[in-house]
Amino acid sequence: MANSAIEMPAGLTRSRSERSAWQKLCSSRNWLGFWYMLPAAGILILFLAYPLFLGVWLSFTDTKIGRAGEFIGLENYEWLGGDSVFWMSVFNTLLYTVVASVAKFAIGLYLALLLNKHLPFKALIRALVLIPFIVPTVLSAIAFWWIYDSQFSIISWSLRQLGWIDHNINFLGDPWNARWSTIFANVWRGVPFIAITLLAGLQTVSPSLYEAATLDGATNWQRFRHITYPLLTPIIAVVMTFSVLFTFTDFQLIWALTRGGPVNATHLMATLSYQRAIIAGQLGEGAAISTAMIPFLLAAIGIAWYGLQTRKWQQGGSND
Amino acid sequence: MASVQIADVRKAYGTTQVIHGVDIDISDGEFVILVGPSGCGKSTLLRMIAGLENISGGEIRIGPRVVNDVPPKERDIAMVFQNYALYPHMTVADNMAFSMKLRKAPKAEIDERVGKAAGILGLDKLLDRYPRQLSGGQRQRVAMGRAIVRDPQVFLFDEPLSNLDAKLRVQMRTEIKELHQRLKTTTVYVTHDQIEAMTMADKIVVMHDGIVEQMGAPLDLYDNPNNLFVAAFIGSPSMNLLKGTITPEGFVTEGGVTWPIGKHPADSNGKAAVYGIRPEHFRLDPNGLKAEVVVIEPTGSETQVVVRCGGQELTCVFRERIDAKPGENIGITPDTNVTHLFDAATGKRID
Repeated sequence: MANSAIEMPAGLTRSRSERSAWQKLCSSRNWLGFWYMLPAAGILILFLAYPLFLGVWLSFTDTKIGRAGEFIGLENYEWLGGDSVFWMSVFNTLLYTVVASVAKFAIGLYLALLLNKHLPFKALIRALVLIPFIVPTVLSAIAFWWIYDSQFSIISWSLRQLGWIDHNINFLGDPWNARWSTIFANVWRGVPFIAITLLAGLQTVSPSLYEAATLDGATNWQRFRHITYPLLTPIIAVVMTFSVLFTFTDFQLIWALTRGGPVNATHLMATLSYQRAIIAGQLGEGAAISTAMIPFLLAAIGIAWYGLQTRKWQQGGSND
Repeated sequence: MASVQIADVRKAYGTTQVIHGVDIDISDGEFVILVGPSGCGKSTLLRMIAGLENISGGEIRIGPRVVNDVPPKERDIAMVFQNYALYPHMTVADNMAFSMKLRKAPKAEIDERVGKAAGILGLDKLLDRYPRQLSGGQRQRVAMGRAIVRDPQVFLFDEPLSNLDAKLRVQMRTEIKELHQRLKTTTVYVTHDQIEAMTMADKIVVMHDGIVEQMGAPLDLYDNPNNLFVAAFIGSPSMNLLKGTITPEGFVTEGGVTWPIGKHPADSNGKAAVYGIRPEHFRLDPNGLKAEVVVIEPTGSETQVVVRCGGQELTCVFRERIDAKPGENIGITPDTNVTHLFDAATGKRID
């Protein structure tokens, strides 16, 4: 025992100098961390980064389905610049995103404030509000398709029964009617997500803050303006970022309702990209339309990020 | 500043009545503490004064005005909450100025009042901080600053010290009392801690199960508790209470020990009663009652001894230092001038 204890340091010194590089690497926590990170990084690269860069690359080529393309530089973008349908889809996308997001936010916030009150059957009502969110998009799109049908629309029928109109409304056949109809369907579908998320945010606000504000002389509106709203902004920023991103890239609802019609009037960039790339086979051009969405999305994320970063009161350690 | 009158106030949630007719008169500038175990209705009563709870019956007056139907903001009161309820998104200065900003006071006046309140509370250097960046004691002070800025008729405190650590609590206790002596604003303060009540109040209101058990100056309550509840609640360590019977020879406990008693009504002989004596009212006396030492806790200034006498444990506090070991016997004698007798059936004091 005594001998081995004395000998050991000598043996250790020798081996330490011999295999130092490899040994150090093995015991390095960073190296170990790298291996733990690798699976996640691999999945992200394979399923997110690779398709993204492939898409961007395709947008610089004239690839068609069944034919490898060649690098053509910015030709796709130049061509899109002169394409009125593309510009119409940009306009539609912006209109769709802005109007639907604002409406979803307003209605969602109102619903959240309403649901935050003491209502009878509170749990049941909260569950009901979630229904539009649970129903698969395509299913609700088909329902709306019937609601908006030019012959069998229940809205047209009801208004006719009331005697307010004398012929059916052409919901999806007229460009502006179709735009508002799709926006309405999107709002209907998107409100629950925002309402429930904001409701969760509202419930984190301590009731004693409202009591303190009441004693400080705040009216209902002032309580909302000076307490509820500022305390809710972090959640509003997150939920609205998601909402804007999902609305901007919406595809299912439009495709199921109008397929971009009538005469391209409701094409969003996502649906137009799909139409050009997959249906028409112009992969390069479709990819260019998709790629054109990236700056808008980055801008939206940037605004939300900025909104999240500039609230000093959330930072700084708590001293409890 | 104003007086507050609470007359036969009741509170019921549905069919459950939680406050059963409370009468309290608070004079102008008085520091009144509502104290009682949790669930006794003290916070509810405070919130009714503030206007955060409806009054189911009776009348509350602030100054000459009945405020039953006056909305909170018009009652001219300020409240400090248990969790401080500071607005997390506002700086200390904005927190204190919020009420004045709401009524659109001129900027100069706001700055002056906030500055003055900050000066009183030593918050000058913290005005630009957010609540998150403050320690518990500082937050507590900001909450008080918010109340001071309002310059209200009445201050309401709802267990303001219960979120602080023990040392800070003692310090803030002194600060609040000092503040009251300086501002002389009528104050209603709720706590479950009888030490806070004893040390700070001009008048203590002991509440239990929605009624007022006793009301009076701290030392009055301490010396002359009206009933068993107040006797047991006020004082720390609390009063020793022994069950037994009053006899001409003294008070005979269930364990068969006879305790000397002072003057008591002649007709009370033979009555089942509770004998109460505070720990510090025992004397060491070799000729006194034999008691076996169970635990000795010296604090330096005094010695707290738990003894067993007639099968019952008693707490005694002596000025002297005692070197008896656990298991040994010591002789103790109660000071019969300050013993208490309570009716065993009703809990009422027998004088």
